[in-house]
Amino acid sequence: MSDQTVIQSKPFAITLDTGSSLLNKTGSWRTERPVYVDRLPPCNHACPAGENIQQWLSLAEEGDYQGAWREIMKNNPLPGIMGRACYHPCEDACNRAQLDTAVGINSVERFLADEAIRKNWRVEIENPPSGKKVLVIGAGPSGLSAAYHLALLGHQVSIHEAGPVAGGMMRFGIPKYRLPRDIVEAEVQRIVDMGVTLNLSSTIDDIPATMEANAFDACFVAIGAHLANRVDIPAADAARVLDAVSVLRDMETGDVPPQLGRRVVVYGGGNTAVDVARTAKRLGAEPVIVYRRTREQMPAHDFEIEEALEEGVVVNWLSTVTGADDEGFQIEKMELDDNGRPQPTGEYETIEADSMVMALGQNVDTTILEQLPGIEISDKVVQVDDNMMTGYEGVFAGGDMVPSERTVTVAVGHGKKAARHIDAYLHGERYARPPQHEIASYDKLNPWYYTDANKKLQPILDIARRTSTFEEVMGSLDEGNALFEARRCLSCGNCFECDNCYGVCPDNAITKLGPGNRFEFKYDYCKGCAMCATECPCGAIKMVPEDI
Amino acid sequence: MAQISESQQKVKFYQTGTFTVGNRLLDEKQRNVQATMDRCNSLDSGHRACQGCGEALGARFAIDAAMRATNNQLIAANATGCLEVFTTPYPETAWSMPWIHSLFGNAAAVASGIAAAMKVKGREEVRVIAQGGDGGTTDIGFGCLSGTFDRNDDVLYICYNNEAYMNTGVQRSSATPGAARTATTMPVGKEPGNAFNTGKSVPLVAMAHMIPYVATASVHDLHDLEYKVTKAMAVHGARYIEIFVPCPLGWGSRPGDTVKLARLAVESGMYPLLEAEHGEISGVTKIRHKVPVDDYLKLQRRFAHVFKPDNAHQLEQLQQIADTNIKRFDLLPREDT
Repeated sequence: MSDQTVIQSKPFAITLDTGSSLLNKTGSWRTERPVYVDRLPPCNHACPAGENIQQWLSLAEEGDYQGAWREIMKNNPLPGIMGRACYHPCEDACNRAQLDTAVGINSVERFLADEAIRKNWRVEIENPPSGKKVLVIGAGPSGLSAAYHLALLGHQVSIHEAGPVAGGMMRFGIPKYRLPRDIVEAEVQRIVDMGVTLNLSSTIDDIPATMEANAFDACFVAIGAHLANRVDIPAADAARVLDAVSVLRDMETGDVPPQLGRRVVVYGGGNTAVDVARTAKRLGAEPVIVYRRTREQMPAHDFEIEEALEEGVVVNWLSTVTGADDEGFQIEKMELDDNGRPQPTGEYETIEADSMVMALGQNVDTTILEQLPGIEISDKVVQVDDNMMTGYEGVFAGGDMVPSERTVTVAVGHGKKAARHIDAYLHGERYARPPQHEIASYDKLNPWYYTDANKKLQPILDIARRTSTFEEVMGSLDEGNALFEARRCLSCGNCFECDNCYGVCPDNAITKLGPGNRFEFKYDYCKGCAMCATECPCGAIKMVPEDI
Repeated sequence: MAQISESQQKVKFYQTGTFTVGNRLLDEKQRNVQATMDRCNSLDSGHRACQGCGEALGARFAIDAAMRATNNQLIAANATGCLEVFTTPYPETAWSMPWIHSLFGNAAAVASGIAAAMKVKGREEVRVIAQGGDGGTTDIGFGCLSGTFDRNDDVLYICYNNEAYMNTGVQRSSATPGAARTATTMPVGKEPGNAFNTGKSVPLVAMAHMIPYVATASVHDLHDLEYKVTKAMAVHGARYIEIFVPCPLGWGSRPGDTVKLARLAVESGMYPLLEAEHGEISGVTKIRHKVPVDDYLKLQRRFAHVFKPDNAHQLEQLQQIADTNIKRFDLLPREDT
C-alpha cells in the first residue's frame, strides 16, 4: 500500500492505523516471574503411611467419595482401621489449627472407608503378573500393607500368620470399643480377595528353608512385638499378676474373659495401660492406673487418658508399685527432681486390689531371625538398612520389630516402603524416593480468604454404655458432616482453582484453562508484580528471579 | 448487606467462604464475572500501567461487570489521567469496547451528552459510563460531575480513587488523606505531609444530590464490587461509584501488596464500604477482622513519617479518623460491638 492510499483510507487528521495494546509485550518489564508450584501439605508430610491427604480431601470435597477412597488406597490399604486407630499426626500438623481447629482428617477417612465397605468397592490389580513370589511373615498392619502393595505390583504373595486370626496388634492390642472387628475383617478380606494367600496358625521356623522349598524370591518379616516386659514385685502372688499383652489377647481369643477380680491395678502409663484399664472397666472391674511420672509425662495420648477418666478409670500419678500382700499392692509416692525425673519419697500406701496388670512395654521375639547370618539385633530390635532390608539378603523387616514409633500407621507405612524396595530388589534395582516438594507452611498461605468454620465433631457413645459394653466409642460422621469437614481443608500448597490469581492480575496475564486444568501465565504480558502470589490463598504460586 | 454475595450462593464451601474470586465447586453461573473463562477483558493486556496497578485492576473489574450487566451495550467516556494515558497512547488502545477521551475536567459532561444522543437516536439499551481518577473527579471535573448529578442524567460515574494525581507525579488532590506525603505535601515541619481536615468525600457530596445510587467499593472485595456495579446498571439516572485503588508508585508500596492494602484500608476503617439510595445510606459492608491503622499505614512510604516519635500525634489522628468511620457507619459486625 502506498503512502498516499494509507492517508486516504483514514478519517480526517488520522495518520496511523489503530492498534491493540496487545502489540505491547509488557513481559519485558519483569524481573521476577510467578510460577505455579505444588508444595507439600503438612498433613501429607506428617502421615507415616505417606497418604496424599490433601488430594483425597479435594476429591471428597467434590462429592467423589469413591475417587477419594481410591486415592487413599494408593498408599494405605486399611483406611477403615486407620480412620479409627490412627493417632492422626496429620491433624497435629494441619495448618487450619492456626485458624480455628484442625481439619478432622481422621473422621473423613473413616467415613470414606465405611462407604467403601458398605458399597463393596474393590481394588483392581493393573500390573501384569511378575512371576515373582514373596513370603510375608505376620498378618499385622505391616505385613498386610506389604502384601497389598506387592500384590498391586504384580507379585504373588503368601502371608504366614502364627495366630489364629489376621490383624496382629490391630486385634491383640487395640480393644474393640476403639476398633470393631468387622472393620478389620472386611479390610483383611479385601486384601485376600486380591489373590494374596493367607495362612493362619502357620509358624515359620526356618526362613531360608521355607523360601527355598516354596521358591520365594524375597521375604518380609513383620512379626511385631508381643513379649511383655515384666518387673518383679516382691511377695506378689504370681497368679494375680498378669501382663497387658496376654489380657488383651485373651479378650480376643479366650473362651472366657480374663479373670481380673473386682479391683485391678494397671501398672504403666502408655496407651496399652489405658486400653487395659478401659477394658477392665467394661468387664465390670474398678481399674486404677499406677504411673511413676506425671500426667503430662504419660506416653499415652491425652485424648485417651481423657476418655478413660470420663469412664471412671482412676489414675495415681507419681506412684510406683513396690510390693504386695494379701490386701493388695504397696505404692510408693514419687516426686519429680529438678531434672523432671521421678524420685522415691519413702511415703507408702496400699491399694486394695485383686490383681495387677503390667503394661510396661513389649519386646520382639527375635528367635526366628537370630539364626540367619548377617542379622543385626540391637536395642532388642532388628536393624534394617534404608531399604528396610536386614543383614540377610532378600529378607526385609518392618513394623514394631524394627526401630520405630510403634503405631499402626507407622507399620502400614513400613509395609508400603518395604514393598517398594522389595519390588526394586526383585527387578535387580534400587528404589529411589522421588524428591520431596517444599513444605507448605502456614506463612506461605493467605488465610484471609478462608472463612471460619469449626470442626464437626464425631458423635460419642453415652458414658453408661461406654462403661458396660464394648460398643465403639466414637461414632461416624454422616455424609453432610463429612463433606463439610472435607471442605474445611485449606488445600495448603496445591491449587484448588479458586480463580484468585486469574481475577487479581491487573494485566490480564493469566489464562484460565478450565475445570481440572488450572491456569497458565501469559509471560508476554506478565509484569511480575507478584499480586497473584500474594493473593493466592494456598501458597501455590512462587516468585522466581528472571535471568537478566 | 455485608453478606449479600454469600446469601446468593447455593453451594456452601467452608474452605474459602466467598472471599476468593471463584471456586471450582461453584457452578459457572454462580461465579463472579472475573472467574468466568469468557469474561470480556474490556481492559486488555499490554497496557502501560505500573506493576501492581490498582486502577487497572479496578477498571477491568468494574467495566467487565458493567458489560455483563448491559449485555455489552456500553460506552465509556474517560477523563484525562493515568487510566487514559496508560491504556491509550495513540494509536494503540487496551480498551476492547467503545471508549472516548476528551478533556481532564469534562468526562461527566461528555457522558451526559452521549446519553442524550442515545436517547435521541432511540438507542436506550446503550448505557453510558464516565470514569476518571480522583483528580479528574473530585477537583478538576467536579463542576461537570455535579451538573450530571443535578440533572439526574442517565450516567454511571466511576471514580478510581488512588488519593492523588499520580499521572503527573503524585501531587495532592482533594482526596489525599491527612499526613500523606505527596510531591506537594512533603513530610517537613511540625505537621508533615498533607494537612488534616482538608479535602472532601465525594460519595457524601453525591449523596447530597439525592441521586438514585451511590456506593464505595474496593479492589480487595470483588464480590461486593461486582454486586454494586451490577446494581448500579440496573438503575436509571445519575449514579456514582468510587472504587478504592491503591497505587504502588504514589504510595510507595510493593506492587504485590495492592489488593492487601485495599483490604487493610477497609478492615482498619480508613475506607468504609457503603451504598446509598436517594441520599440515604442503605447498606454497609462490615469489617471481618478489625486491624489497627498501623497495619495499613506501615506498608506505605507516604506514611513513613507518622511512625517517628515526633509525629505520634498524626498516627493518633489517623486512628481517630478510622474509629470515627467505624462508629459513624456502624462498620463492625454485631458480635464485635
